[in-house]
Amino acid sequence: MTLRRVLFAVVCCAGPLAAQDTTRGVRIGLTYDPGTKPGVVVLPSRGTGADSIRAIVQRDLDFSDRVNVVALDASSADLIARGTNSLPILAKLGAAASVQITPTPTGFHLAVYDVTKQVTALVRDFPAPPMTDMRAWRAALHGLSDDLEESLTGTHGIAHTRVAFTRDRRLWVVDSDGEQATMLTGDGEPLSVAWNAAATSVTYNTLIPSSIVVRDLQAGRSRVIATGSGVFATPVFSPDGASVIYAHGVDDGMDIYMAPADGGAARRLSVGRGSDNLSPTLSPDGRRIAFTSARAGHPEIYTMDADGTNTSPLTPLAFGENPHRADPDWSPLGQTVAFTSSVGGVFQVMTISLRDLSMKQLTSDGRNEGPSWAPDGRHIVFTSDRSGTKQLWVLDVESNRARQLTRTGRQNRNAAWSPRLNPN
Amino acid sequence: MTARSIALAVFLTLGVTSLDACRKKPEPAPTPVQTPTSMDNGASKRTADSIAAVRDAQRKADSIANARTAANAAGEAERVRAELMQTLSQKVYFDYDQDSLRSDARSALDAKAAVLGANPSITLVITGHTDERGTAEYNLALGQKRSAQVKRYLVSKGVGDDRLATRSMGDAQPASDGTDEASYQQNRRAEFEALSVTGPLVRPRA
Repeated sequence: MTLRRVLFAVVCCAGPLAAQDTTRGVRIGLTYDPGTKPGVVVLPSRGTGADSIRAIVQRDLDFSDRVNVVALDASSADLIARGTNSLPILAKLGAAASVQITPTPTGFHLAVYDVTKQVTALVRDFPAPPMTDMRAWRAALHGLSDDLEESLTGTHGIAHTRVAFTRDRRLWVVDSDGEQATMLTGDGEPLSVAWNAAATSVTYNTLIPSSIVVRDLQAGRSRVIATGSGVFATPVFSPDGASVIYAHGVDDGMDIYMAPADGGAARRLSVGRGSDNLSPTLSPDGRRIAFTSARAGHPEIYTMDADGTNTSPLTPLAFGENPHRADPDWSPLGQTVAFTSSVGGVFQVMTISLRDLSMKQLTSDGRNEGPSWAPDGRHIVFTSDRSGTKQLWVLDVESNRARQLTRTGRQNRNAAWSPRLNPN
Repeated sequence: MTARSIALAVFLTLGVTSLDACRKKPEPAPTPVQTPTSMDNGASKRTADSIAAVRDAQRKADSIANARTAANAAGEAERVRAELMQTLSQKVYFDYDQDSLRSDARSALDAKAAVLGANPSITLVITGHTDERGTAEYNLALGQKRSAQVKRYLVSKGVGDDRLATRSMGDAQPASDGTDEASYQQNRRAEFEALSVTGPLVRPRA
């Protein structure tokens, strides 16, 4: 990726970038080393929806935390619009690249200009549905943002992803930028939700009656794959999507079971002997399962092989007042597990490294719980009451920068970040 | 025998007697006097009417008394039913992050076990709830532990295993929306729903 190397060199030469304000008052560049992030200017363009396109892509790039979106002040914009040589202006702003997206009759036209080398780095056309199909139109634009980010940083973005969650006892899904929130169902009071690897289905449990449901998102059809007496909870898909792994208990603790995703007999995996074992999360290769177990008297994180053998504690046994560690989520990069931990009686989001078992507390503002990794393994969505009600927030675990994803409802919980979505 | 047929019988009996009295006279009157007969008939009818009225009044009185008795019985049955349903539905409460039964919970459950023992048709759905502290998923497990603990206790008191269903709502259905300890205590509970409650309920023997 030569462009990235070039951008890096340019930024180093250009010196530290000043803090910049972009749309929506999002703060950039104050808390991390700007030298590691290329500055990018998204130029205005003409055409139907051009301003919306620019705003959406700027936000996607900003939320990625991998580039510095450099704001274009009015006079600079004016100069560039009037055909003045833009290079000195862009260089002065600290931009390593400029980006322009123009609406076309069939979608978007993307042009990336390498300010340092003074060459056009990328030109591509992206198909998109008409703007009237807002959800799909935005999805196409998020896909463009992700490709653009890959060309700028070498890492594919996470703009074209969604987050499933429960809001006040109903199952919802929202785009990664907090837009297009849509209710999927309220039937049976859904609780925990998880995506399949293809992001074509979700599985969730309901409270009334207690059951495990698989929902085909394209067809909008739900199918109960397990129900009966007792409680059914915390389903996740196996990486191949063929199985659902969930917790079930009647009168003597909960254990983790595996059942075919299209229905069929379940097989018990964990041997809890009356303790509570739940919240399974699979390693990316599908060979290990991390889960919550209270077999030592209070909940801690354990791991076992996918067939239920070789169980061992992952988190060291906590002491103090009401120790409680639960809700593990295995990073898609494989080396870290995020979880919820009671810290001085208040829930916070933490991670534990599978390499050296070092733990890191990621949150401290308000009560925070229920982490779920983005497919880039760098961002986490979780529930926080720091704004007064339980809302979903997104955290960049490298910079610790947080942004609020949801703003309505009283109880937004059990967030599950989707894998990368296919272009429409 | 209806009121009308009784009146008719009385009337006929009186009429026949008066005819016999006439027959005893040596000279039969050339023209039978119709008047006394009609007078006799009138008196008989009045008597019959009086008797009928009395009997009718008695019947009405009886039926009112019966209805009152029935009403009293129904009221008593309803009172017993309300009292026993109240006993069955009374919530039991738990300590923070605990599924063990406190003494107040045990006495409430003892009362339920007695009602269930005296009324073998009733089944009970036990729903465990938690306060909002604790993760949503773990709270679901904790709620289930609470309902299972309640079930175990009732089974130990002689209630059939198959009459008790357990489930959990975790922290999804708080009884109080507050975030203080008093509210949390209201939320850490098991609730009960009685099913198959048919016919009059029987109060358990003390």
